[in-house]
Amino acid sequence: MRVAGCDIGSLTAKVIVLNDDAIEAKAVIRCVSSPEKSAESVISQAFSQTGLTLSDIDYIVGTGYGKNRIPFANHTESEITCHAQGVSALVPEVRTLIDIGGQDAKVIKISDSGQVSQYVYNDKCASGTGRFLEIMAEALEISIDHMGELHDQAKEKLHISNQCVIFAESEVISLINEGKETPDIIWGLHTALANRASSLARSVGIVPEVVFTGGVAKNPGVAEAIARSIGLPLADFPLDPQISGAYGAAIIALKHFKK
Amino acid sequence: MKIVAGCDVGSLTAKAVILKDRRIIASAIVRSRAKPQQSADNVMSEALSQCGLSQSDIQLCVGTGYGRNQIPFVNHIMSEIACHAKGAKWMMPSVKTIIDIGGQDCKIMRIDKNAQVQNFLTNDKCASGTGRFLEVMAQVLNIDISELGSTTQKSHSPITFASTCTVWAQADVIKHINDGVPPEDIGAGVNAAMANRVAILVRSIKPEKDIAMTGGVAKNQGVLSVMEKILGLRIKKIRKSDPQLAGAIGAAIFAHEKITNN
Repeated sequence: MRVAGCDIGSLTAKVIVLNDDAIEAKAVIRCVSSPEKSAESVISQAFSQTGLTLSDIDYIVGTGYGKNRIPFANHTESEITCHAQGVSALVPEVRTLIDIGGQDAKVIKISDSGQVSQYVYNDKCASGTGRFLEIMAEALEISIDHMGELHDQAKEKLHISNQCVIFAESEVISLINEGKETPDIIWGLHTALANRASSLARSVGIVPEVVFTGGVAKNPGVAEAIARSIGLPLADFPLDPQISGAYGAAIIALKHFKK
Repeated sequence: MKIVAGCDVGSLTAKAVILKDRRIIASAIVRSRAKPQQSADNVMSEALSQCGLSQSDIQLCVGTGYGRNQIPFVNHIMSEIACHAKGAKWMMPSVKTIIDIGGQDCKIMRIDKNAQVQNFLTNDKCASGTGRFLEVMAQVLNIDISELGSTTQKSHSPITFASTCTVWAQADVIKHINDGVPPEDIGAGVNAAMANRVAILVRSIKPEKDIAMTGGVAKNQGVLSVMEKILGLRIKKIRKSDPQLAGAIGAAIFAHEKITNN
């Protein structure tokens, strides 16, 4: 039995192919001009690793921002459900899931039976989302992929006082002009982002274990800052945290097909 | 003869006003520099050169605005709220509600007949609903900010935004430009988004007539007309002086009152 999960987000598209419950192929691409094209492109990239074609897949579940426009999905599921399912399948002890994507942030509480019990969502304000770090990386003229390692080199713990991305960007430029060190600024930015996420999490109550997923979770600096901000360690997540939504969609596909 | 000055160093622009016996004899607006001291020096020397005076001719100077603590030549500093109320009252004696939209903040004030502030609300946390929102959008549209106001009148179908966030709205504007949407429809949508956002604040303070708009954004006729429509109330136009000078005028009036009372 072979199934797939396809997560079309605002910035990236993700696919996971499961052969029974083992990951057979996966791919992440930057979104292109339309959700349809992103979906086609990400699945063909996953197929190119294995020589599979669409006809080899028994069932496909779509999710994410562009879920209704995935041409090959058999059905769609909400992102919240997929994220919760994906995380529960891998780390059953998780009760609080913090997910920060390119254009949103969500905190999902998971019951003892692995169901979503409550969630909060921010997609109205860019602050607190991956876009915040993208804009700051541009202002600092560094690659977003290097922010995590630079975080560890911070000496002076800078405080970023503005929450708004637009105002914080001006604040960062002032800090650069004052001669502040890049790692110190990054530490401040990661802390600001983490504080935003943890206040979202506090609004629903934080119960351990806590796991951090989404594209931003690839940045260990933000993970460190979140653990510090909530005062709890983060559980290890044994998968690329960016593809946990796609993984959850694939797990749902598996359950659905077994029925 | 009393010659006094007011200097308002804001986040995006610095303003200076020189009064001679309560009458404006010079005023200047300059773009803020990296250091508030520099902005203050620049704007004051421009105002002084206009009326052929020197710093030593100024009997008293009051400073206000975001950078007020760093203006080298002031004798006193006053809060922005107090100065804006004072300045608006001078420009329009019948004013009760003031909507001041500056470069990085928005203040809504209700004042009594003595220009005492009875109630006020500010937003300086979110760029949306401040002049910065318009600046960002004008830049993306590649038009001068002074041209943005007139797009409302020219547009037949203004675009709408899904979110008030400046970052997301900027992405929407870029998308609309690429889709070939006429610039006036985008500009009109930007003005309407701005007006909507500020109107929420205005409503919560229960506006009373007369209502005046001050600050740089008051020069944007599009924002003004949409706001009147949303509120169902007329916003009386300030004609006595440039509405962007309200804070500096208020500061200068305070300076005048201080030397008169002493």
